Amino acid sequence: MTPMRRWFWVWLFGLPIAALAVWGIVDNERLFFTTALNGLTLAALYFLVASGFTLVFGLLRNVNLAHGSLYLIGAYVGWVVGDSVDSWFLGVAAGFLFAALMGLVLQVSVFRYMHGQDLRQTMATIALSIIAADIALWIWGGQIHTFDPPRWITGSTTLPIIGKFSTYRLILLATAVAIGFGLWWFLARTRVGMMIRAGVDDRAMLAASGINVQMVFAITFAIGAGLAGFAGVVGGTALSISPGEDTRYLLASLVVVIVGGMGSVTGAALGAVLVGVAEQFGLAYAPTYGIVFTFVIMAVVLAFRPQGILGRRA
Amino acid sequence: MSAAQWRKAMNFTATSRNWSGGRPAPSPASPSRAAAASPTANGRHLREYIGVRHIAVLAAVLIYPWIVPPFFAYQIGGQALTLGLIALSLTFLAGYGGMLSLAQMTVAGIAGYVVAILGVSGTPEISLGWPWWLVVVLAIAAGTFAATLIGWLSVRTEGIYTIMITLAIGMAFFYLAQQNYAIFNGFQGFQKVVPPVVLGIDWRDPVPYYYLALFWALAGYFFVKYLIRAPFGIALQGVRDNARRMSALGFSPVAHRVAAYAVAGLIASVGGVLLVWYNGLITPNSAGTSWMINILIVAVLGGMRHPVGPFIGAVVFVLLQNFAIDLIDRERFNLVIGLVFLVIVLFSPDGLLGWWSGLRDWAMRRMTGPRPAARGNDWRSVGVQQARPVGRS
Repeated sequence: MTPMRRWFWVWLFGLPIAALAVWGIVDNERLFFTTALNGLTLAALYFLVASGFTLVFGLLRNVNLAHGSLYLIGAYVGWVVGDSVDSWFLGVAAGFLFAALMGLVLQVSVFRYMHGQDLRQTMATIALSIIAADIALWIWGGQIHTFDPPRWITGSTTLPIIGKFSTYRLILLATAVAIGFGLWWFLARTRVGMMIRAGVDDRAMLAASGINVQMVFAITFAIGAGLAGFAGVVGGTALSISPGEDTRYLLASLVVVIVGGMGSVTGAALGAVLVGVAEQFGLAYAPTYGIVFTFVIMAVVLAFRPQGILGRRA
Repeated sequence: MSAAQWRKAMNFTATSRNWSGGRPAPSPASPSRAAAASPTANGRHLREYIGVRHIAVLAAVLIYPWIVPPFFAYQIGGQALTLGLIALSLTFLAGYGGMLSLAQMTVAGIAGYVVAILGVSGTPEISLGWPWWLVVVLAIAAGTFAATLIGWLSVRTEGIYTIMITLAIGMAFFYLAQQNYAIFNGFQGFQKVVPPVVLGIDWRDPVPYYYLALFWALAGYFFVKYLIRAPFGIALQGVRDNARRMSALGFSPVAHRVAAYAVAGLIASVGGVLLVWYNGLITPNSAGTSWMINILIVAVLGGMRHPVGPFIGAVVFVLLQNFAIDLIDRERFNLVIGLVFLVIVLFSPDGLLGWWSGLRDWAMRRMTGPRPAARGNDWRSVGVQQARPVGRS
């Protein structure tokens, strides 16, 4: 994209958004900044879920529509463990590990045999998500579960302008940023990360250079699924867990990666911020049309940049 | 350009990659016959197309509601025909256009909501109470328009992206309908949306409803049968198999794909109007994720090789839905349908029609010895190529 065109887009979308933001600040300063911070914390959660989704797609070309189920199952398992040993941190670890294990089993026992058949894999993930949702409903019932995190993170912190804000949400934001950097470090600096990036670019060449590609696939799937389970516990702590959350976070992951660009972790971060902030502003300023904002962002991106903002045309 | 892309660009022989893994599956009609039949279709006598089995099936579906209890006529027959009609739109789009859209139920839901909002419902504060014929026309127009828009958005990418984008659009519509009270009446939706009493017949009664659904199901079936032999349908299948080659021949792949979405939207809208009359109500869940996926299950269960597939799938689906109680707990219907779907996807990607033709081939081989030659690429497969955005060169 030439600089001219880029500036055109920046002005086209930037000016109205800036004008609305100025109006929002003048109208009600506190509401505006609280909404912005809420949007960022929601974006943090969306990034945690969507980064795993996009990582798996980028390498394996597997649109894992059971990603939401991994989120939900991870959350439930984290809840069970956290409840029984009375340690929230162990619950978080359990959510991550169990979802990672589930992802590993799925990749090794199902998806590996359908490699290259995108549509069939996707339909298998749909079937698995139906089964997982029903089993979760069977075991944990339809009621809402809430976590019991340690007392020091459940309080509130006083911030300038906004006033009191949930400490836990600030920690969630910090965690997502930390995980984002961790993921970047893992992909950019470690040997396995290099293998994953090489696999994204050209799987055949990676295999030809003597790497055990199936191993790399399995590791990637486990990490992606584990991130979903991790997000399940930390997200479930911020909000709550109940049946139906799986489709909610699947939708979030889908929109985030469509907007940000499939297979790009940076794109997932950008998409998560856009979608999360838009959703919170929608809820605050136009409650019954909140979802429309998310949808408009997706439609605009698809209309003008089908591969996503940071997606590559390859 | 990577090696894989180069191979694809240079690939002049095998064009459509069968999503079932390239298994050369037997197809009822070979491409040469299809191509030869269309120009001479007018010259051939109707009798050559109609066999004993067609007449037998037609007679069976016509007398069916008179020989079974009303429950079977309405809950099984009526529902299967209605769901089959909506799934038929997906079969057309996916089987002949190569675009697996999950938003067909959303299109049906939009048509259903228009019927409830403009027509008569149990929520007179929102419903406008317009005459039924105007409402139906507007509902079908709105559904078709929405489908065209969805198509226009999603044809910009192809392959695996289509399923994601249409899923996201459908889910977004569900959340909109659930959040919004001014137009969609939120979580409760609309109750008491009944079919009109026309010609002195209450179309809500089991037998009249069955015939109403049967009429539109047959209309949809023959419409799709006609369309896939018409120039548009042939061109659409060409676009499915190799969009680049078709565009080199002067066809516009994008225009054909969007038109396919519009046609499928028309079929789904008719099904949506019938469905809201069948249920007598519409709620966000009527067009929610589980129903979007159920339509996919119905279409895949029956098989996407032939327009009769979705109706077979719908019958099996409805029977499972009603009698899974006896097999296992009623609450566990989703588990049963999920497992059935998984088994179909893993072991019989062509659905029940695939099993049927496999069985028939096996029987034929037993009678006549081995077949002379294996057929080449299956021209009716859902030709989903490797996922990539449109417009790359």
